[in-house]
Amino acid sequence: MGLVRTALGSRPVRALTSPRTVDDYLDQIHPMLTVDAVRARVVEVRRETGAASTVVLRPNGAWKGFAPGQHVQFGIEVDGTRKVRVFSVSSSAAAGQRRFTVSVKAHPDGYVSQFLHRELQPGTLVHLSQAQGEFVLPQSVPDHVLLLSGGSGITPVMSMARTLRDRGHRGRITFVHYARSREDEMFTPELDRLAEELADATVERVYTREPEPGARLEGRFRADHLRRLGVDPTTTPTWVCGPAGLIATVRDVYAEIGADAQLHSEYFKVPTVDPALLEQNAATATGTLTFESSGTSADNSGATILEQAEAAGLTPEYGCRMGVCNTCAVKKLGGAVRHVVSGEINARTDETVKVCVTVPVGDVAVAL
Amino acid sequence: MSRKRPPIETFDASGHDAAPEPLVGTDRTKRSTIGLEYMTYEELESFGEELDALRQRTLDSLGQADADYIRRVIKVQRACEVAGRIGVFMPFFWPAFVAGVVLLGVSKILENMEIGHNVMHGQYDWMNDPLVDGKRYEWDNVAPAQDWKHGHNFIHHTYTNIHGKDRDIGYGLLRIDTDQPWYPSHRFNLPAAFFLMLFFEWGVMYHGLELDEYLGGKMSKKEFRDRKSRAARKARRQVLKDYVAYPLLGLALVPFVGWWAPLAILGANFAANLIRNIWTFLIIFCGHFPAEVQSFAEEDAENETRGQWYLRQLLGSANISGRPWFHVLSGNLSHQIEHHLFPDIPARRYPELATEIQEICRRHGLQYNSGRLSRQLASVARQLAAYSAKPDDPYLQGKSPESKALRRAKREAARAAQAADARQPVDA
Repeated sequence: MGLVRTALGSRPVRALTSPRTVDDYLDQIHPMLTVDAVRARVVEVRRETGAASTVVLRPNGAWKGFAPGQHVQFGIEVDGTRKVRVFSVSSSAAAGQRRFTVSVKAHPDGYVSQFLHRELQPGTLVHLSQAQGEFVLPQSVPDHVLLLSGGSGITPVMSMARTLRDRGHRGRITFVHYARSREDEMFTPELDRLAEELADATVERVYTREPEPGARLEGRFRADHLRRLGVDPTTTPTWVCGPAGLIATVRDVYAEIGADAQLHSEYFKVPTVDPALLEQNAATATGTLTFESSGTSADNSGATILEQAEAAGLTPEYGCRMGVCNTCAVKKLGGAVRHVVSGEINARTDETVKVCVTVPVGDVAVAL
Repeated sequence: MSRKRPPIETFDASGHDAAPEPLVGTDRTKRSTIGLEYMTYEELESFGEELDALRQRTLDSLGQADADYIRRVIKVQRACEVAGRIGVFMPFFWPAFVAGVVLLGVSKILENMEIGHNVMHGQYDWMNDPLVDGKRYEWDNVAPAQDWKHGHNFIHHTYTNIHGKDRDIGYGLLRIDTDQPWYPSHRFNLPAAFFLMLFFEWGVMYHGLELDEYLGGKMSKKEFRDRKSRAARKARRQVLKDYVAYPLLGLALVPFVGWWAPLAILGANFAANLIRNIWTFLIIFCGHFPAEVQSFAEEDAENETRGQWYLRQLLGSANISGRPWFHVLSGNLSHQIEHHLFPDIPARRYPELATEIQEICRRHGLQYNSGRLSRQLASVARQLAAYSAKPDDPYLQGKSPESKALRRAKREAARAAQAADARQPVDA
């Protein structure tokens, strides 16, 4: 199909189908028959825990594959409306790319994650994007890697660990996962076996709410945890994925000892929903937010620029609303903004910011 | 090839129509007089609320059936198109060739009307499917979607039938209403309309350039240049497809059929475009130009309420009665009244809305203009003929000294008002 696909995507064919794409016609023959649009069928839905499921997907030929740690936009149709969310790939990349899985923890208010967990049936058509994201292992994996995850942030890290296992990786791996309890943990049986299946691995699980008796580590992540496992952060490349709290702590620890360069991180939760943070933002919000292109402005309310723009009656483009997909990126024309996730404040002019995860600090102007 | 496309922005259909806000007069205390001959302000208010409620009820009930419907229409359209393209590749067997022309024409009609027009109104935006996304959709027509949407969705649907605001009254070419000033060119109303019918898609494209706005100093040079280049790009693609690419494919037939095979395909594509042009012209002219349809003066419409906006849409539109297939082929513009009241509700719902709206009209004693295609067309033709004659009233003649004086007075009044506006803050 590769050659046919290239031919169908070529300019002469486009001239014949203009203003439609070839996919608009192929779609009518079979939904999986496309040149550009990535689609997949649900093969199986597996329950991981009471609240988490793994969805096995069979993508069509437009799928270009993934690197362990990447995510995809996952769109399903419910009552005529396509709902799109971003989920991490959780399967091993070593087993080929004709099948892969995403693992999702049902969020209490998450419509799509609840639907996935309770109602998704095998055979359902899923509209995907190509795999995206820079949270990936390098081509040649370093001698010692540290993988850290918290809660359902385990999914991309699990994809990395599975891939290393299946490729017969010989180097040292330290994998620390933080979950509330054993019941709440995804992939438990596989994690139990993982240390033996890898050549040189330490797999440590920390149950923060219901610690197991005799556990080596306890409570939330501390610098002391790494010391006890004999990991030197300054020389160990680290991949961390989890809630904002975990990442902030890890980042602080690494910054303190000057090991920032070793750290790769990814969030899986929208940090803006944290009401305490929002309140704090609102309390300190000053200045005016100016929307240059539409010629309006508003008093800075402390919410994200996207939310403030919407409150002002604008309809900027957005996708994931969690700083992942880059759809909402716009030019910031002036002023300082704080990234809600990293807390980083930037005052460079003419930089492009993702408005869904940036909050104005004082007077700010954006090209919206 | 894999240009990154942004995911679709979802917004609810009610966010669409900006009316009636744009029609705010200089004197904010003045009330619009639209509809006072039928209802009091209180009644107009409740009339508006009634229609708002009907709108919300329908929007809330949108779901799988509406999604399935538009996808089914798309499937039928694609099938017609492919079958039509194959048919016109058989010039050696004339029944297949003729069927091909007709199918291609039908597919272009379906694509422009029931799919393109309605999708670009945002009727299916709630589906969040890139295939039917109003912002992204481009239709099989030489007029670029972006400029058409501005002229149609915003200008025409907001200022419907207001003289001096709605550029669709006579399309700047024809005199179709008694309050339009008469110019000598209007003597050729009927032949001009006939010519416009044959090349309607080019007329729509030219109309979208808004040359008059540019010449009148209301549009920047850059904006006009952008419009021109968008139109040129779109027209180039359309011409390339129908009149170059497919005839070139027809070269393969030359050894079997003869040297004229590419010409037959070119002719067939031209005929299909012609069929579409004539049909869309007829449907669209029946929407606003029959005799009983009312037009309005800008002064009367200023500061209108939601209820008055609805009423203006109702009085300014006319329906065409017919069978279900006729409604689909007209893109449900045969339900022009329902479309103008609720431009962003999927057209599939117009028949069911029509019964409720007729009931509301009966209750308020309002006209609900509906008639057969032949009746409405005859009415339009009579209008075009009648208004081509030079009116006796000098104020209705565009070039009479009286009209010129009136226009000058209006310009000066506007300038004075502007100057007064500019002074105000200083005084205060």
